[in-house]
Amino acid sequence: MPLNKSAWEVLVIGAGIVGAACALELAKAGRRVAVLEQDCVGSGATAAGMGHVVVMDDSEAQLQLTDYSRTLWDELTAMTPDRHEFTRCGTLWVAADTEEFAAVWQKQALYQRYGIASQVIDRSELYRLEPNLRPDLAGGLLVPGDSVVYPPRSARYLLESCLALGGQLIAGRAVQLLPGAVRLSDGRVLESEAIIVANGARSVELVPELAIRPKKGHLLITDRYPGFVNHQLVELGYIKNAHSSEGDSVAFNVQPRATGQILIGSSRQFDAPDSEIDHPLLSKMLARAIEYMPGLVELATVRVWTGFRAATPDGLPLIGPCPNRPGLWLATGHEGLGITTSLGTARLLAAQMLDQPPPLDCEPFLPSRTARINEVSHA
Amino acid sequence: MRKLSFDLVIIGAGPAGLAAAVEATNLTGRAPLKVALLDDNPVAGGQVWRGGLEKSPDREARRWLEQATRPNLHHLFQTKVVAAPGDHRLLAESPTEGLEISYKKLILATGARERFLPFPGWTLPGVMGVGGLQALVKGGLPIAGKKVVVAGSGPLLLAVAAYLKQHQAQVRLIAEQTTAKNLAGFGLTLLGSASKLAQAVQLGRELITVPYRTASWVVEAHGQHHLESVTVCQAGRLHQYKCDYMAVGFGLVPNLELAGLLGCSLQNGRVTVDQWQTTNQPDILAAGEITGVGGVDLALLEGRIAGLTASDRPEQARVLFRARRRWQGFSQALESGFALQTALKTLSRPGTLVCRCEDVSYAEVQSHQSWRSAKLHTRCGMGPCQGRICGTATEFLWGWSVGAARPPVITARLGNLVLEQEQVPEV
Amino acid sequence: MPEIQVSINGQTVRVRPGSPVAVAVVLAGQTDYRHSVQGQARGPLCGMGICYECRVTINGQPHRLSCQTPCEEGMQVMTT
Repeated sequence: MPLNKSAWEVLVIGAGIVGAACALELAKAGRRVAVLEQDCVGSGATAAGMGHVVVMDDSEAQLQLTDYSRTLWDELTAMTPDRHEFTRCGTLWVAADTEEFAAVWQKQALYQRYGIASQVIDRSELYRLEPNLRPDLAGGLLVPGDSVVYPPRSARYLLESCLALGGQLIAGRAVQLLPGAVRLSDGRVLESEAIIVANGARSVELVPELAIRPKKGHLLITDRYPGFVNHQLVELGYIKNAHSSEGDSVAFNVQPRATGQILIGSSRQFDAPDSEIDHPLLSKMLARAIEYMPGLVELATVRVWTGFRAATPDGLPLIGPCPNRPGLWLATGHEGLGITTSLGTARLLAAQMLDQPPPLDCEPFLPSRTARINEVSHA
Repeated sequence: MRKLSFDLVIIGAGPAGLAAAVEATNLTGRAPLKVALLDDNPVAGGQVWRGGLEKSPDREARRWLEQATRPNLHHLFQTKVVAAPGDHRLLAESPTEGLEISYKKLILATGARERFLPFPGWTLPGVMGVGGLQALVKGGLPIAGKKVVVAGSGPLLLAVAAYLKQHQAQVRLIAEQTTAKNLAGFGLTLLGSASKLAQAVQLGRELITVPYRTASWVVEAHGQHHLESVTVCQAGRLHQYKCDYMAVGFGLVPNLELAGLLGCSLQNGRVTVDQWQTTNQPDILAAGEITGVGGVDLALLEGRIAGLTASDRPEQARVLFRARRRWQGFSQALESGFALQTALKTLSRPGTLVCRCEDVSYAEVQSHQSWRSAKLHTRCGMGPCQGRICGTATEFLWGWSVGAARPPVITARLGNLVLEQEQVPEV
Repeated sequence: MPEIQVSINGQTVRVRPGSPVAVAVVLAGQTDYRHSVQGQARGPLCGMGICYECRVTINGQPHRLSCQTPCEEGMQVMTT
């Protein structure tokens, strides 16, 4: 029995950071919005990730989207940084050897072309900035404009802002998409003129033809050790890692939280059967982190958890109309950049839905490209 | 990381673990099992028989502790299990090293902890658990001449009050939250056991000068930097007591985290076991408070049965079934005799902290519908106690269940979570 | 058994061997073991290594549970 036929014009599936951002953007444009959430706000990948707001240059499109989104984050957090547990710690890309250090210079040049502030750091400066790094590293690239937030709080802030503009939050779990409607696990059917699928790795349950694969990640957080690390530290191999489409991998990724706790990642795993801690992979991840920062072995570990990223074959999210399904829109497939690009995604999607000029070229993110992607990945 | 291997590993050296260890190493005329007894504390005894600076006056305790010092029982003390990475392995740590322990069979005897409920002022230094204060006094905390209020629920209040009094503390009051009616009902069950009755009479004698009030609970603890006084509600009227320490605990909750991590079936707040003390996991048995809080006598029997089962002597285990059934009755009597009053749910003010690790207030937590939501959005439960203190409280206050256990099952040194094959060789 | 010496915030205290560090802190006349996230003074609650309220720094290592750590001759303990 269809309910609330005209109580809203847009139904967003998923109150994670992407869904909440999209919902707010449309509410700001005067649309009547409802958001469907099966658990609590920001409880999926939004809760599981590092909350790193970062520019990433795996592709030109990715660099543009992350750079644009980072600016939006700065605007969002400027008035009330505490509400997001915002810290502008910057990112320090770490070069382990001369080969990686050469790549640092290339990265700096690329960022310079895009007007993104960055600074090449030599070995002695690296140790001045981060005394707990292993002694024989080559240097790094400091990106001072990057920052860290606590995503569940931000997601809640965005959603509450949407509700304040007349939006609705509906508790329920979507199990099936119908033309112009979604069926919930309790049998209710919610109709809507426009539906946005923004539930991350679980998008494929609703839209099986999507080229999205869940990619499991592990994270570990310690007790409070203020000053142990000062910037988000990432090894230069991280990007290659994030793009690979097969196998299990780990990369060095360590972050200072606003609380003084140290957050340690990262791991990537396709086809993981469940969300249980994979101890051998966790061990590999920790061993990698210890290689870069030997002092980590002494820190008290409070918690370890996993989450699932929504990964697409080309590493770019799906933002736009779903092919062959009128009224269905997609805002998913963000892999490890969901937090950063949530705000940019919302602007790009809203522009398309409202038929307004988008702030960036939408083409690289259009879901319709995936037909081409499937061809490429099978080549 | 040191690798060790045993036929049988027993986790917890309280009465249940000790009894299991003694039985499993009692093999005359058989090939001896290689057995390890593991405990976080520096010496055996668990909580109820906690080793202190003096030898335990309890004869039963001394008997079991002495028997557990035989040469074929390997002691691993100041050692806590942090993870269970599969294939019958445990990762554990002591202050000086990480251990990977392999077992063929495992007996979980991880005991219970106190339930703390928030009330205004409960975070003041000087406010401690009932067992908590006793533990420190056993460790040498000067208590002679100090004023103490004992509050909360359960027979532990009396046992500890008597202990403190023996050590010349001035116990001003024992405030038991249960009703006189419930207490009388519990008292009747004691008539069924000569030993329990004798214990009760003895306690009664020792505490004759100490006011023992039912339907009474602390409503506020006062003090600037340390506890100075408490306000207690006794049958609806408020009384203030100057004191140096408060020992407050509202019953015992089993330590189920490791059992949960190992995949053991947990129901009604306890590990499910069959008559052989075996869980649903092959090769894992459980004994003592984690199968249901029931005191020392039940723990000893369950521990003995588990030790005998694990060492393949079911016929000797069966002999103990009848006695165990009797003490299980006592366990049920405990539960109904000291069930928590609903008034205890309204002790907090909006600013009263619920999560002590992260300083999260009652008002902040209360606005959420689930443990997960509260945790994600207020940080309640994100601290190093891993939600053991606040999770137990929120379960009583709002009926929330905390999520399934993950490694590390207790806050652990990061290096001890790295499996040996992944370890980077030292330069 | 002869007493041993430990240092609490620079102050020497004599304790019986086997005493937990938590007791040595009290013998030094100290009541705060640590300060909470919002700066409140805290001391031991559970006495059995579960609540983490009794954390102190021992021989330079932070976040050690004083209720579960026996004193050793010459230990340097700092409360926070």
